[in-house]
Amino acid sequence: MDRHEIRLSGSGGQGLITGGIILAEAAILEGKNAVQTQSYGPEARGGASKAEVIISTDKIDFPKVRDCDIFLSLTQKSFDQYSKGVKENGIMIVDESIETGDSKIKVYKLPIIHTAHNVLGKPMVTNIVAIGVVAAISKVVSKEVLEEAVLNHVPNGTEELNKKALEIGYSLGENAVK
Amino acid sequence: MKSKARLMQGNEACVEGAIAAGMKFFAGYPITPSTEIAEIAAEKLPRVGGKFIQMEDEIASMAAVIGASLTGSKSMTATSGPGFSLKQENIGYAALAEVPCVVVDVQRSGPSTGLPTSPAQGDIMQARWGTHGDHPVIALTPSSVRETFDLTIRAFNLSEKYRVPVILLMDEIIGHMRERVELPDAFEIEIVNRKKPTVGRDQYLPYKADEDLIPPMANYGEGYRFHVTGLAHDETGFPTNSPAMADKLYRRLMDKIEMHKDDIIQWEEENTDDADVVIVSIGGVSRAADTAMKQLREKGYKVGTFRPITVWPFPEKRLLELASKVKTFVVAEMNLGQIALEVERIIKDKAELKKVNKVNGEAIYPEEIIARIEEVL
Repeated sequence: MDRHEIRLSGSGGQGLITGGIILAEAAILEGKNAVQTQSYGPEARGGASKAEVIISTDKIDFPKVRDCDIFLSLTQKSFDQYSKGVKENGIMIVDESIETGDSKIKVYKLPIIHTAHNVLGKPMVTNIVAIGVVAAISKVVSKEVLEEAVLNHVPNGTEELNKKALEIGYSLGENAVK
Repeated sequence: MKSKARLMQGNEACVEGAIAAGMKFFAGYPITPSTEIAEIAAEKLPRVGGKFIQMEDEIASMAAVIGASLTGSKSMTATSGPGFSLKQENIGYAALAEVPCVVVDVQRSGPSTGLPTSPAQGDIMQARWGTHGDHPVIALTPSSVRETFDLTIRAFNLSEKYRVPVILLMDEIIGHMRERVELPDAFEIEIVNRKKPTVGRDQYLPYKADEDLIPPMANYGEGYRFHVTGLAHDETGFPTNSPAMADKLYRRLMDKIEMHKDDIIQWEEENTDDADVVIVSIGGVSRAADTAMKQLREKGYKVGTFRPITVWPFPEKRLLELASKVKTFVVAEMNLGQIALEVERIIKDKAELKKVNKVNGEAIYPEEIIARIEEVL
């Protein structure tokens, strides 16, 4: 059985629930099982929010992440709130702004928010950059299928921007594991 | 051929199921965690010739659903705990006036506004007894996205067949979860429609039941004369104060469901044949129960699961059979012990009862059920 438990966390409005939906849909396009759940506060923006995705070749019973293999965090608040429960042989992918403290777990610290805001000039694609990074480092889904899933979910007229965001995110991740 | 598999949310599957069942009318007042049901119904219903209305509140939306159903439109509303409380008065009206309709309650933490975005299962008893007076009710509880689709169709079918409000009792976990589903084609789906009058317009008595205790139902506007009221009524539908007529009516309403229990009740069980311990749960918690059962089986413990699919009427007969061979039932639920009350009533002292309860807004985790069972074994 091949099973991956992924937790994407950040601030409400960063698009991580959509990011989780895209990852889950990519896994289904690859013929696997996937479940996506979320947890968020009452506020529409801000606060700490998380999206969880479990991808497996087997049936998925309990839908929430218990032994996290891949943890992404884009804000300090969400890191502090949701980083517990990552497996010792799991990985953490965090924005460069986050203080992770001492950790036995492998951490990748990358300029995810900076890339979306300043390189691409569009904060709204932060989530797409982030899932590009996650896919490149973890290999949970292939880049081609992920692109198909991204294009299924983005508004008309933003396809090129999102493809570029995914491409840049993917390279960021690939360079980090080199 | 391209696979039909797709990622779908529980709330979305509810609307897909409703439309597949023939829903033509939805009235509601959106509330987390059921909002997507209203959103998607608003988008999809007009495309199939249906009507969506956002009403001024939950009381009015339940009233609109009853009115639409009386004209022959299959009708539904969706809400969560606070709205479910408001709908109770008119749910009672639908029960007494025998108006088929589907009420979806995607449970969240309560009472009152509670934890609006967090899962809970605190409305089990409200689904049964939320409106006053003895009344019939059917409540179904899905534990997956695909089952949400199937049970929404079944909710319509049962409401049409028995002329009762049917509650689809979901929880936030199932409502907001997205998972892989393959939906059936239309020709694979069984659709039940309400029984129509077979007598002439001059002979129709709207509340004269057949031997199955269900009266045939004409649509408003078809020319059949009938009267609908929340007062006790005779076979003409007009109010009566006659003790004999009232007694006959109230007993028939309850017997209508009691008589057809075997057709209505559904449950699912796994590994109960040799089980010492059986976990009883519904909805989102059943997913944790399945994981717990599998992990305990790997350790060699004889554990099974029992999941009521109709929580009302409760699968009493089967639970009682299991009670004669099971040592302990562990009832896991996201409240402080509502299903446990029903299980306790049924099993009496034939088996031991243990509980796993959680009301902090988090799901019950498999390890919490495992820990409780390891205490027992």
